[in-house]
Amino acid sequence: MSETITFTIDGVEVKGKAGQTIMQAADGAGIYIPRLCYLEGCEPFASCRVCTVIVNGRPQAACTQPIAPGIVVENNTPEVTQIRKDIIEMMFVEGNHFCPVCDKSGNCELQAIAYRLGILVPKFPYLFPVRELDASHPYIFIDQNRCILCGRCVQASRDIDGKHVFDFVGRGPEKKIRVNAAARLADTDLDITDKACDVCPVGAILKKGVGYAVPIGQRLYDKQPIGSDIEANANK
Amino acid sequence: MEKPKIATASLAGCFGCHMSLLDIDDRILKLIELVQFDKSPVDDIKNFTGRCAIGLIEGGCCNEENVHVLKEFRKHCDILVSVGECAIMGGLPALRNGIPLKECLETGYIHGTGVYNPSGKIPNSEDIPLLLNKVYPCHEIVKIDYFLPGCPPPADTIWEACVALLTNKPLDLPYELVKYD
Repeated sequence: MSETITFTIDGVEVKGKAGQTIMQAADGAGIYIPRLCYLEGCEPFASCRVCTVIVNGRPQAACTQPIAPGIVVENNTPEVTQIRKDIIEMMFVEGNHFCPVCDKSGNCELQAIAYRLGILVPKFPYLFPVRELDASHPYIFIDQNRCILCGRCVQASRDIDGKHVFDFVGRGPEKKIRVNAAARLADTDLDITDKACDVCPVGAILKKGVGYAVPIGQRLYDKQPIGSDIEANANK
Repeated sequence: MEKPKIATASLAGCFGCHMSLLDIDDRILKLIELVQFDKSPVDDIKNFTGRCAIGLIEGGCCNEENVHVLKEFRKHCDILVSVGECAIMGGLPALRNGIPLKECLETGYIHGTGVYNPSGKIPNSEDIPLLLNKVYPCHEIVKIDYFLPGCPPPADTIWEACVALLTNKPLDLPYELVKYD
């Protein structure tokens, strides 16, 4: 199983092992591919499409597409960057993302990817949808205004916590996260120690009583762009 | 040669972005060497005295007066810049966008906690600008040429942007200076 496969990302030769996805091989080589729904330890399901790369001329999700000998992958090119920008901008306008008043700001992966891609303003009109906030649970709240439907909480709760507290309901613009109870988060068996409480890339599922714990300037993405940790592997 | 003019306005904002502009500290003296301030709360000039090179807009549009001022800026300024989250996406005032206007006004003037209003009426003088159904980002009302995110954008961001525009040089802001909060 340790057969080495050689291919290129943006013209750079990358070696991976048979069975790896493009994202896994890129991570190993110190090449960052942006991602939002990908959750380490769970089966990738290519939901957010932010990891889109162009493989031999076709757009593919890097988190699910296996590597193959000699494939030509485009990652950091103007065309791919534009695809990612469009996806991220759509996420910003279809929810209510008020960064200045969000506890997650500075540690938010959606925001961090937008910074990295150099987004100053979305090109699409803001929708300002009416969404719900469920603060019934004593330690956790879920604010649908900020949800980007990545599905990480669904996966973490089902596959890691073994609880299945969250799942999707509806389709298309009606799609949303619902909890496994008649109505409220408080009526589920969600615990503050659950993995599902830690995986939200945005500020949709947050712990109460934390607030703005880390001062501006010291938060995760204040000084270093997201993906810097992966890129630090490049010369190892 | 006459110095280029710069105009600024605070629409549905908190003046925080203007405070950030003042935060350029002693560089404001340099800025005054480069430009002359026209219509702006900084010098309290109420009406445009002529064509302006740059218009800096803080805040989104929450009422008809905001729209009127914004359109005046577009008419008089060569380059219009949305400064800060409120101008760019509505910001905090836009938190009301999911609540019907009637409900907002009734909470503010009739049922809200601590409201003392014996008349039980919502102010409706023609001197008060009419509220819009929701708060609009500036670029959804007029064409905006540049955007400086932040709440507020750091003084360095505003400074670098103004200098780049006035000296006709490309603007390449470092990572730390472009934030949404």
